[in-house]
Amino acid sequence: MKLSSTSMVFSWPRLAALLIKEFIQMRRDRITFAMMLGVPLMQLVLFGYAINNDPRGLPAALVALSNDHYTRAMVTALETTDYYRFGHVVESAAEAERLMASGAVSFVVTIPSDFARRVDRGDNPQILIEADATDPAVASGAISTLSTVASEALLREQGRQQVADEEARSRLEVIVHRRYNPELISQFNIVPGLLGVILQLTMVMMTSIALTRETERGTMENLLAMPASPLEIMLGKVLPYLVVGAVQVVVVLAASKLLFSVPFVGSLLLLLSAILVFVLALVLLGYTISTIARTQMQALQLTVFFFLPSILLSGFMFPYRGMPGWAQLLGELLPLTHFLRVIRAVMLKGAGLQSIAPEIVWLVGFVVFFAAIALARFRRTLD
Amino acid sequence: MNAIDVTGLVKRFGEKTVVDQVSMQVGEGEIVGFLGPNGSGKTTTIRIMCGLLTPDEGEGRVLGFDLRTESLKIKREVGYMTQKFSFYEDLTIAENLEFVARLYGLFPVRTHVRRTLDDLGLTTRRNQLAGTLSGGWKQRLALAACIMHHPKLLLLDEPTAGVDPKARRDFWDEIHQLARGGLTVLVSTHYMDEAERCHRISYISYGRMLTTGTVNEVIRNAGLTTFVVAGARLNEVAAALEGRPGVEQVAPFGATLHVVGSDAEALRHSLAEFDGREGITVTPGETSLEDVFIQFMADAKDNMG
Repeated sequence: MKLSSTSMVFSWPRLAALLIKEFIQMRRDRITFAMMLGVPLMQLVLFGYAINNDPRGLPAALVALSNDHYTRAMVTALETTDYYRFGHVVESAAEAERLMASGAVSFVVTIPSDFARRVDRGDNPQILIEADATDPAVASGAISTLSTVASEALLREQGRQQVADEEARSRLEVIVHRRYNPELISQFNIVPGLLGVILQLTMVMMTSIALTRETERGTMENLLAMPASPLEIMLGKVLPYLVVGAVQVVVVLAASKLLFSVPFVGSLLLLLSAILVFVLALVLLGYTISTIARTQMQALQLTVFFFLPSILLSGFMFPYRGMPGWAQLLGELLPLTHFLRVIRAVMLKGAGLQSIAPEIVWLVGFVVFFAAIALARFRRTLD
Repeated sequence: MNAIDVTGLVKRFGEKTVVDQVSMQVGEGEIVGFLGPNGSGKTTTIRIMCGLLTPDEGEGRVLGFDLRTESLKIKREVGYMTQKFSFYEDLTIAENLEFVARLYGLFPVRTHVRRTLDDLGLTTRRNQLAGTLSGGWKQRLALAACIMHHPKLLLLDEPTAGVDPKARRDFWDEIHQLARGGLTVLVSTHYMDEAERCHRISYISYGRMLTTGTVNEVIRNAGLTTFVVAGARLNEVAAALEGRPGVEQVAPFGATLHVVGSDAEALRHSLAEFDGREGITVTPGETSLEDVFIQFMADAKDNMG
């Protein structure tokens, strides 16, 4: 027997056989193929433009019970923050209440009729801002800017520019530097994260049906009767998807530059190496699922089962540090969590290998862990 | 050395014992037919022999390799044709063969594939997707793929189910030609004519091997006596014979009745009163393989309650 085929565990020609077969099948399955390339682009454009964590121009209603210059100044000041857009000016609190209940407005600003009088008398003037806090994210930014904006506007309007300046000078000054993303543009955070999410969804889903598809079509019996080793079968199944992943990465990175102008300050090579490890972990996770699931349906269910916590607990949707300790612990066990830290650090902060090394170690750990489980779970017989 | 030499194979799925103490010896170059009703354990036994299932008990050697510890070596030397078509339907005929050739390390791949295509007359259809082939062509492709690496043992699981008679005959000619070249073949089937084309047959029922031998041996060992009843209004005769002492099978064959029983004396006695009545003749007949198998199946059912 020829030397090349004497190894029981691994031989290049046998791996080549499996790879070629997989690529041909991929090419024949046009819909899936189109999905693998089209879905990432679609999701990127859709979510990249749609998701915004610091919403502005929110609809607001004004209940102005008098129409003096203080009131007008106040409204102008609020509008210039960009958070409020006064589309409704109403006469009564009841009408404003109805607008908020129906969801037509997110804020109701009430300026009482004695506002001007109190200002002039220096008698603790008040305005009421009611926020629809059913979605806390909507309200927080708009509310946080309020008190300073309002008081400064009032002082200026009273002709006490000097006092305003003085007050501003003597007030405790808190200097805030918004590093890496000074304008708080959500896309800078969302778009790199989307790359991770898109890879997680497509890579795991495609590979999770790798073995169950063979079983359901009845080709598994034949494959097992032929001399292919578990390692070769695993590599033959996951490597083609590494190539698909590479195409997705190029598409998403190019789009994030062209469409969203996301800054890229770190090393591209470092990022691509990290992505390679991440994608390898994902395809092996998918393959592990396919050694557990008995049908393609079960495989897809398991994929979703992994996907939901991945987007919710990884820090993609919600701030990671804001989660309770146990949830953070769970998050650590998801490859996406570590990948998000890597890609945000490299793209936005220009982090080097040294600062992302712990995350890379985690990702390599996932690769080894999933590969070990998959090989251990692989059934070489039909028992 | 026997190509197959296994003893006391037992395979259980949960509570159910599917293969029960099966032993089998098949010599090199022999064609052995593997018969038995549906669900009798034929497929399971074949799968054990090619290493796809591990037996719960029993041991043996296939092509000199240990069944339990050397299944990878067995896989390289065995060609296994599954009951259901199990090549890739979304690959063309040539692509499927190339896949197999690379897996078995047959180089140059192109040459091996071309030769196989020529041998089986599939060259003109090489670029057709396997999924679009008819049953007969699928079977040819499957056979081509599993003899490509020149196995020493061919395991065929109901290879001709759903294949027309002409294709079946071609298929068997091919099998005999391969056997003359020294290939050993174990083939499961439901067809009596196919059983008769085998050098030897083994009959399995409810996981137990009931008999093995040449067709004539199996018939002889069954100890059945058969009479052929000819004449008019055989329906009535058949109805009257049913349940008589010694009468175990009454089966119409064209214009005659085959009456079979294991107690020759009782059978003769029961038939005596019909002989000569209303132009009816009773003559001793040849017991066929089918009669024997029907008897086996009836007996097995009795045993199982």
